[in-house]
This record gives sequence, C-alpha cells and structure tokens, in this order.
Amino acid sequence: MTATLDTRAPLRLLPLRLDNVTFGVGTRQIICGISATLEAGPRTMILGPNGAGKSVLLRLCHGLLKPTGGSVAWNSSELSGPRRQAMVFQRPVMLRRTALGNVTYALRLAGVPRRELEEQGLQALRTVGLEAHARHAARVLSGGEQQRLALARVWALHPEVLFLDEPTANLDPGSTHEIERIISNLHAAGTKIVMVTHNLGQAHRLGDEILFLHEGRLVERAAADRFLRRPESAEAARFLEGELPW
Amino acid sequence: MVITRRSFLALLAACVATVAHAQDRFITVASTTSTEQSGLFGYLLPIFERKTGIQVRVVALGTGQALDLARRGDADVVFVHARAAEEKFLAEGEGVKRFPVMYNDFVLIGPTSDPAKVAGSKDILEALRKIQQAQAPFVSRGDKSGTHMAELDLWKASGVDIDKAKGPWYRDTGQGMGPALNTASSMNAYLLADRGTWLAFKNRDDLTILVEGDKRLFNQYGVMLVNPAKHPSVKKDLGQTFVDWVISPEGQAAIAGYKIDGEQLFFPNAGQAGA
Amino acid sequence: MNGFSHAFQQAVDLVAAADPKLVEIVFLSLRISLVAVLFGCAVGLPLGALIAVNRFVGRRTVIVLLNGLLGLPSVVVGLVVYLLLSRAGPLGSWGILFTPTAMVIAQAILITPTVAALSRQVVADAWQEYREQLRSLGETGFGAAGTLLWDLRFSLVTIVLAGFGRAVSEVGAVMIVGGNIDGVTRVMTTTIALETSKGDLPLALGLGFILLAIVLVLNAGAFLVKETAQRRYG
Repeated sequence: MTATLDTRAPLRLLPLRLDNVTFGVGTRQIICGISATLEAGPRTMILGPNGAGKSVLLRLCHGLLKPTGGSVAWNSSELSGPRRQAMVFQRPVMLRRTALGNVTYALRLAGVPRRELEEQGLQALRTVGLEAHARHAARVLSGGEQQRLALARVWALHPEVLFLDEPTANLDPGSTHEIERIISNLHAAGTKIVMVTHNLGQAHRLGDEILFLHEGRLVERAAADRFLRRPESAEAARFLEGELPW
Repeated sequence: MVITRRSFLALLAACVATVAHAQDRFITVASTTSTEQSGLFGYLLPIFERKTGIQVRVVALGTGQALDLARRGDADVVFVHARAAEEKFLAEGEGVKRFPVMYNDFVLIGPTSDPAKVAGSKDILEALRKIQQAQAPFVSRGDKSGTHMAELDLWKASGVDIDKAKGPWYRDTGQGMGPALNTASSMNAYLLADRGTWLAFKNRDDLTILVEGDKRLFNQYGVMLVNPAKHPSVKKDLGQTFVDWVISPEGQAAIAGYKIDGEQLFFPNAGQAGA
Repeated sequence: MNGFSHAFQQAVDLVAAADPKLVEIVFLSLRISLVAVLFGCAVGLPLGALIAVNRFVGRRTVIVLLNGLLGLPSVVVGLVVYLLLSRAGPLGSWGILFTPTAMVIAQAILITPTVAALSRQVVADAWQEYREQLRSLGETGFGAAGTLLWDLRFSLVTIVLAGFGRAVSEVGAVMIVGGNIDGVTRVMTTTIALETSKGDLPLALGLGFILLAIVLVLNAGAFLVKETAQRRYG
C-alpha cells in the first residue's frame, strides 16, 4: 500500500470537536448533548444498543444532518479540493454505470482533472481487487463486491476521515474479512477511521478506541481492549452481555 | 451509450430544418369548409399553381371564422359565401373589393321517411314551416358559417321566430358541414346543406335531397383581397394574382369544369351584376 | 363490425399502395411530433428532476400545479398559441402561424408539463435511495438532478414515449395553429378529422389504424432497447 495521505494542503480537518451536540426530530430527542473530540490517529468505533443514535451521530459528524443544538466543528473549514472526509453506508448505492464509472464519478466531483480520472480510478479498483470488473455494470456485482467498490470509491479520494455505518452488516464472513482488510489498509495509509458496528469481534479487530452511546448520550469512552474486557458503566456492561460475541 | 452529444445536436438541427421549411411564393386563403370539402380546391388550385408557381394554402373554416381570421391579418385572401357578412367586412375597411365568383345552391336534406312530408316541394319556406310544426329533428350548423347564416335568413323569411320556436327538435351543433351531415345522418334529421358538400359526402345512410330548386336557395360566393393598408403583412401582389385569376375566363372555366359523377357543383358567375 | 373490417381493408390497401400523399402525411406527423418531444423532454426532464431534488419555497404548490397541468386541454393550448402567433398577436411578426413550426411549438407546450410531472415523480422516488450517498460525495442540486436523470434513463424512456404518444395523437391544437392546410400542415390526426367530417368514415378509421400501428411499432422498439440495456446495466 503505497498511497499516502494528501499532505499538500497545510490545514488539516482533524481534530473534530463536538460541543454539546443535540439532535431532535419533532418532539423526539435522538442525540442529547454529546461532547467529544475526535483526534487523528486512533481508529474510533461507535457502539451501542439499537436506537442509541449511532447512525445519527455519524451523519452529524459527516455533515449529512445539521445539529439542532450545539456545534460540530472541524479544525479547518477548508473543505474545498479533494473531498477530505467521506462516508460508506450500510447499503452501498451504485450508479447505473460500470464499476470504473462509479469511481471516476466520485473523482470528478472531487475536482480531479479529466485526463487523470481513468488512471486513478483503475488504481483504486486495484487496491480493493476489483480491477477485473472495471468495465462491468456496478449494479450486477454482489453485495460484497459493491461494498468493496464503495471503499474503492472513497479510497480514490484519499480522505482524511472515513465514516463507516455498519459496512459489513449485510455481508457474509468472507466478504466481511475482505472489507476489514481494506479498512485496515486505509488506516495504515493515514485515513482516520470512525465506524459504527454491532460486531464486537470487529470492534476488537479494527478499533483502537470505543465510543459507547446509550439513549443519545455518550456514556463511556475508552481504549477498545479495556472497554471490551472491563466496561466501567452499568449500561455498557449490560450491553456487552447481550451482544453476540462476533 | 451509442448516441454522442455531437451527433444528437446534429440530428436536432436537421429535424428542425426539415420541419421549418420555407416556401416564399405562397398565399394564405381563408375559405369555407364547403369549398374545401366539396373537393373544389383540390381540383382548382393545382391549375392555378401550375400556371403561376404560387402555392395556395387554404385554411378552411366557417365563413364567420374565415372573415375573423382575415381581420386578424392571418390571411391574404378570403373566399366565402355570405354576402351580408362580406359587405360588412368591406365596410370595416378590411377588404379591398368584393368580386362575385360562383354560386351553387343549398338543398334541404332529410330522411327518406320524411316525417314532415316536404319531399318534392319547390318552396323552401313552406317546407321549413312544416318541419317546425311537425317538430321533426333538424340539425343546424350553428357556427356563424355562410350556410348557417343562410339557414337563419330562411327561417326568418318563413315567418318562424327560430329563437322562440327552438325546442328539442332543433339541434344546434356548432359544427362544420361534414360533421353536421354526420350528425343528421345518425339522427335521421333534416338539415340545410350546400350541394357541393352533399355531393362529396359519403356517409349518407338514410338521407336524401328532399327540397331543391327554390330561387331562395341560391348561394353566392365572393372573393376579396384583404386590405394591405390595414394589414401590412398581406401578400398584395400574389393575392391579387389569385383574385384576378379566379374571376378570369380561365379561372371561371376551371370552376365549371369541376364535376362529381358528371354533375357540376359550382356555377361561375363573375361579372354578374348584383351577385 | 362491417365498418371495421372495411376500414381495416382500407388501411391495408393504403399501406400496400404506399400512396405518396399518405407517406407525406405520415412523415410530417412523425417529424413534427418527434421534434416536439425533443424540445418537450429537453425542458421537461430537467425541470421535473430539479423540482424533485431541490428544496425551495413554494415547492409543494409547484408540484400541485405541475400535476394539474397533466390535464391541460390541447385545444386551449392551440388557442393560446394561435393568439400569440397571429399577425394581430405579439409574435405575429415571426410569421409562423399555419406552419409546421407552430405545430411543433403547440405540441411541445403540451408535452412539457406531462414529461415534467412524470419525471418529477420518478426522480423523487429514486432520490430517497440516492440522496445520502450523492450528498456524501458532494453532489449539488443541479448535478444531482443530472446524475439521477442519467441513472434513471430506462424509466425515463417510458415517460418520453408517453410524451410522444400525447403529441402524435393530438388534434385540437395542431388544427388551430396549423390550419390543416393540404400539403403543408396536414398530419395524420387532422386528416382523420377531415375525412370523418367528409363522411368517409372507413378511410378515417383506416388512417386511425395506421397511426396506431406506427405508435405501437415505435413503442415496441423502445421497449426492446430498454429491456436489453437494462439487463446489461442492472
């Protein structure tokens, strides 16, 4: 893996500061005052029971949702140029084009010049092992392949931060393993990983630190090892007991 | 995808070009449905076009509509058959001069069963009175056409106040001659038609001519050049050429030459005083 | 049923004889409607997509209006276009009344709301699926509309066909703005109307069959193209 973080721009996005962030829909409060700072470096896993607000928190960080209270602030508001932070969803959405077409689409949006699109696109596909499918229709690929394609798409952008919302929830163990490998490589190349998962084994394999959410609040934050072995809060303990171990 | 952006634009330009073709030597003649649907123009105009190279574009409407079209400046020549309306048109300064061209006659069409018992009569006014008294179904064009105006004049002349006497038997359809004939045919009703359209009409069903030959059924056609002083867009020279030709001996002979099943439909009478 | 079989026979005879007048009328009808569809879709598809993808003040009113225009009477459009293009009207100096161009304009005006309303619905439905992913990649309102239109191209084929169907079957508007002039602005539908009013019902019906056949063939062709491409692209 030779690709490195794009260090041309002097300003970095991280750290990301969440200051008493709240988010509500109608009368329902989904996020109730979360404050935290996400630093460059550690792979951050977000865990919690269903309805805790994990996906919403992710979207607030990424910018898909605007907080109803508090603030979400990046270190620099310099967001022009290649897309500095990206997101991979639980269900990948592919355009009705070839696999390569989907990657070059994202590259074009990020401002990559036309003559470099194909080369960079093919390179991205190579890193996730999809080069053979470059000219195939993206929508006829399997679930695992489409998710790899989604990762290729964001890899090509060399983002500083990558948000992932349960990316392997719908995949079989073989594909899951593949995806985890790619995520690790991305991290090795310098991308900060922020991921929501229900898979404790995955959290252990991929995570350095854990943010544990419960009913819209950040209840516990700790190194992955310690949290999974000896959670401090009662809610976390209850949660870990109930969750499946893999 | 197969179609590239460039070829698409070329295709579009070609399409528009074929559609928006221009042909400079043409005039627009506003006329009536009777001259068109009888097939007269189909016969007459090619003769004119061959001689002069001027394409004649006929917009066929009722007389009232045709004159209104000319009042908006959308026609160069009018060729209609309602003298009173034509004179009014002239009085408004919309036309240059009116020339009588030809005449045909109206006939009273009706079902062979003839409930009002008017068949064979030579008195149209008496026939209309009988129809009204019998309350037999009668179809009116109701569209400000020459035929409609003639029909109203005849009702008036027969002493029937049609506005008062109107009932379910009188069907005011607001349609052209052809559609009105279709309606009459399906309702087995009486109606007043011009002979030309009747002869060319194919859906006769049970209808036939019941009354004809009354002098009051005489139907005169006139032609006018629309006033270029009022409507600068009028093609003055080309239009005048058409008017001149239609009343010329050659044009008049052509009109007389149009026949259906050996029967002449229109009788040229340009130059007839008082026509 | 006798009338129908007579009409069908007429249709077959006309086609077999390849009557040059008929051929001219058919080609004129197709040319006018296809150009009208081109313009109608060029305006209607992006318009529908933009309304679907963007939030703006009065959006719901616009949607209701658009859907209402689906029932726009063709004869009203014809009348309005006539008043605009008449010598006595504001655009009289263009001199295009009673020409095929005027007919293209009238048909395009008729098609555009249909295409826009339908594409808006199709794009709005798809937007639910695409919204987060496209916004995440940084796609803006205009760009998203364009991307979705291309992605939904197979569904849009049906909409384009609907537009074409509306255009080629239209008679009220083209009668008024075209004048049904023999050899210049006479198309299939106005010919059918004329022959009907002349009482030649079998001929009118025969022409109607021919028109239907043409529309069916075009639809079948488009459907096949759509099916094959869809299988390839998923």
